[in-house]
Amino acid sequence: MTLNTWIPVLALMTSLIASLVIFALPEKGYRLRTAVNLGAALLKLGLVVVMVWGVFRGVGYGVSFTMVPGVTFVLKADAFSMMFAGLSAVLWLLTTIYAVGYLEDSPNRSRFFGFFSLCVASTMGIALAGNLFTFFLFYEMLTLSTYPLVVHRGTEKALKAGRTYVIYTLTGGAVLLLAIAWLHGVVGDLPFREGGHFTGSDPDIHRSLTLIFILLVAGLGVKAAIFPLHGWLPQAMVAPAPVSALLHAVAVVKAGAFGIVRVVHDVYGVDASSALGLLEPLAWLAAFTIIYASVRALWQVDLKRRLAFSTVSQVSYIILGVSIFGPVAAVGGLVHLLHQGIMKITLFFCAGNYAETLGIHRIDEMDGAGRRMPGTSVAFTIGAFGMIGAPPLAGFITKWTMGSGALAVNMDWVVVVLVASSLLNAAYFLPVLYRLWFRKPAAHWPHERQWGRLETSAWLFWPPLLTAVMTVMVGVLASLPFSPLSWAELIVLREYSP
Amino acid sequence: MTTPLLYALAGALLCGIGLFGLLWLRHLLRKLLAFNIMGSGVFLVMVGLPQHQSGPDPVPQALVLTGIVVAIAATALAVVLIRRYYHLSGMSSLEDEPSPRGDDPE
Amino acid sequence: MTLWLMAGLLFTPLAWAVLTLLMNFTWGRLVTWVGIVVQVLVSLGLWLAVSRDGGFYYGLGGWEAPLGIELRVDGLAVTFVLLTAVVASACGWHAGVYIDADKPWHRYFWPLFWFLWSGLNAVWLGGDLFNLYVGLELISLSAVGLVALGGKAGALRASIRYLLAALLGSLAYLLGVALIYGQFGTLSIAGVVFWLEEHPVPAGSSLALALMVTGLALKTALFPLHRWLPPAHGIAKSPVSALLSALVVKASFYIAARLWLELGEPLGNLAAAQLVGLLGSAAIVWGSWLACRQLELKQVVAYSSVAQIGYLFLLFPLTYSVSESVTLQAQQGITLQVISHALAKAAMFLAAGNLILSTGSSRVDALKGVSRFLPFSLFSFGLAGVSLMSLPPSGGFAAKWLLLQASLGSGQWWWVLVLLVGGLLSAAYVFRIYRASFLESSETDHFYHPPRSLEIIPMILALLSLGLGLVSAEVLSVMALPFEEEGSP
Repeated sequence: MTLNTWIPVLALMTSLIASLVIFALPEKGYRLRTAVNLGAALLKLGLVVVMVWGVFRGVGYGVSFTMVPGVTFVLKADAFSMMFAGLSAVLWLLTTIYAVGYLEDSPNRSRFFGFFSLCVASTMGIALAGNLFTFFLFYEMLTLSTYPLVVHRGTEKALKAGRTYVIYTLTGGAVLLLAIAWLHGVVGDLPFREGGHFTGSDPDIHRSLTLIFILLVAGLGVKAAIFPLHGWLPQAMVAPAPVSALLHAVAVVKAGAFGIVRVVHDVYGVDASSALGLLEPLAWLAAFTIIYASVRALWQVDLKRRLAFSTVSQVSYIILGVSIFGPVAAVGGLVHLLHQGIMKITLFFCAGNYAETLGIHRIDEMDGAGRRMPGTSVAFTIGAFGMIGAPPLAGFITKWTMGSGALAVNMDWVVVVLVASSLLNAAYFLPVLYRLWFRKPAAHWPHERQWGRLETSAWLFWPPLLTAVMTVMVGVLASLPFSPLSWAELIVLREYSP
Repeated sequence: MTTPLLYALAGALLCGIGLFGLLWLRHLLRKLLAFNIMGSGVFLVMVGLPQHQSGPDPVPQALVLTGIVVAIAATALAVVLIRRYYHLSGMSSLEDEPSPRGDDPE
Repeated sequence: MTLWLMAGLLFTPLAWAVLTLLMNFTWGRLVTWVGIVVQVLVSLGLWLAVSRDGGFYYGLGGWEAPLGIELRVDGLAVTFVLLTAVVASACGWHAGVYIDADKPWHRYFWPLFWFLWSGLNAVWLGGDLFNLYVGLELISLSAVGLVALGGKAGALRASIRYLLAALLGSLAYLLGVALIYGQFGTLSIAGVVFWLEEHPVPAGSSLALALMVTGLALKTALFPLHRWLPPAHGIAKSPVSALLSALVVKASFYIAARLWLELGEPLGNLAAAQLVGLLGSAAIVWGSWLACRQLELKQVVAYSSVAQIGYLFLLFPLTYSVSESVTLQAQQGITLQVISHALAKAAMFLAAGNLILSTGSSRVDALKGVSRFLPFSLFSFGLAGVSLMSLPPSGGFAAKWLLLQASLGSGQWWWVLVLLVGGLLSAAYVFRIYRASFLESSETDHFYHPPRSLEIIPMILALLSLGLGLVSAEVLSVMALPFEEEGSP
């Protein structure tokens, strides 16, 4: 037992223990709770940074033990897990800061922050899971810990959304469990391994492997919101803004997408998946989801719902990226895991700011909000342009890499999808920006609150600006080491030449 | 037909009668009596069926003694409960819903 | 050493039962708490002894079978002894605070509690069929007495119903025992197995097995023989409900399982095995469905027991003419299911009792808005729910995983569907409670926080059932081949 075994466990424990402490704290212990929260988030970030550095130099972090006869519980840090862990650690910190401001003076904060930390702990577990069994453990824990957040407001509408959420995710979980158990029955306990396990596997099991793959994708596709399993996501928008941000940018949808990448890369292996003919249909499905959700987003009048459909569309970029059989496109897909997270959380933070400061929920109420809240609106604009894919922002890097990757393997139709999607993105974001900046404000905001010098509470003001700056930075500095793009290249390098 | 088999068949018959009574009769005391009849049938099968070459097997006799003690305990408990139930609700069967008084959990 | 442990284990409950019979409630409580400490230590000691040195046979007072009482002390039995010690001591502790000392008839709680405990130990350790019957009756009669302690007409009605069902079940079992003895001339399962190795299967011996299993299924409340369970478990006082659901129904199942595993292959047949599995599946679906429709909190939990019991009976088809490894997986899965359900259900009933105490109402919709008060018991209830939904990392999940592997391994894929659908259905009723508690309502402004000790106990049990999944490999290794074959003494 060296320190290296313990670091992943510690990274997991920081938020788990924080959650338990927060539950135990009294509702009124405001300062202490904030301190525990931020302290744990910083500590976790530190641990993740240590692991990122270690993984880069090839240090192995991991711990495993036999949990149920025949199955092991494995925590292991590899390049891909560090990408997700890094994303969740950074955004946990920012979202916590944001949530402290957002929920000021609202009831049930102990409960909220407790489950919030639990949710982050699950995300960490998903990132560090070393086999499908362990992955499933945390995947279900994530479902359970996000439910109280979705229904946090306690209104009938929130409870209805929570119900939809649970029905979708638990059913998806059951399908996933079936797939994992079946796979275990066929081939035994498989650790995640770069290059996968099934290259040159016995042809007798190919039929089962194909069916299991379909079940795996169906189970994971619920959280990744692949069409037609995306129905829960727009409904879940009734949750408070920090939760929407977390659901969309970090935890839930990414857990699904992350799982699909794991299955393709580290269980089946790209070669085997491609040889079984599984990647092409997946690519078509992802492409359809991208276009379909973008079209749906056009008609949404509620800002958060429009963002939600945008998420459905954007997450499928990741899946499209890994299902194109070629390293460059895979880099594009993986890097979008981070890019989309940063951009989307910016947008949700901003949406939350509009709602909290001015009472704006609908897009037609946003006229002229840019002059009232310039900081937030600049951040929103950067996020939106990033999504559209304007150079040199994060989204551009994704689309460029993915497009060139697709061309390299002669899948020209992907470029058509990317262009169409960008046009649609522009079609649903530009009108919002136009209203923000160029329309005259209405006489009254629906529900305005004043906060001293800044346009809104400082807790709410800085996180979106920070993530907006990050959106620019990851685009501009994409070629530096440790940028998301370089890290994604490292992952793909290890995958394609194990 | 051998004697042991005769005992066993008689026991089975008693069991059948008891079972019928237990399921069919409504009055709780009748049900209890039916249980006792059924119990006697089982005991009869128990002592009747196993036979040594040299005559009856002693082990089941000992077991049935224990069984009778258990049956008496059960009957006593049932009588107490039925009596108490009758006092509280004024009813002697389970079929009808009890009167509202005194029917709240905890 | 083990001699003393065995003596302690068997003697204490009976002695304490007699002792507490002579006392009032408050004294009985004090004496019981001392007894609980003794029992827990003895059970733990025995468990450690067996996990170190392996199992053994023990003739009580030096008398050998068939007239004496012979006990089979193996890994599985001592694990259940320990489980009983954990759950029963939790319930005993909780009851001491929870039950109102002023009602005169409540003093009978303690003797009944101890008789129940001794009956349970007798069943876990029992070596021959007749002594198992005596143990079963001891359990049933004291359990019925405990249900009747509610004192109201409704409680008596439920307890009479329970008693009649239990007696009918016992008689069916005893009739089967009589037939077995008549045909094989022995009362030990090992003896029957031994006999069958030498001789062909006599005609009609399947009837004996069928009678015994049917009687035991009635006592375990297998669908469609489950009607007596929800009223009895729902109306009893919470610590009693916890004991009944966690341990009492498991005792009869334990016997049925042992019978099936030893005699199922020679005396049973495929259709019967599948039929029992089918009834178990029906129990899962029907019990969960009814649990979703109950208005009262404890009724939801009680119907959930009906559903969870259904899982246990999947043992029958999953161990009939399948490979060695599948049988092992099924046995391990069922064992884990028994343990985790015992812990989770006890936690749930105790927590439900606390919630009823807090809100002053036994209805589900009375939970509206209580999550605002951060009730500890609601949290325990929720954690226990995770195990019932068989979500990771609970013991229920580990059990489900093993059962899934067993079903897939034996090619009986239909049980896979049952397991998955059952998990979703249980989520439906568990989330119904969560949902009720998250609903905000301005009306609830009062909330009574029960004493700390009442709240901690269900939490401990819930955490145990949740953590069981993580250590299930260790727990199962102590049982090293549960239901081990009975070598002759």
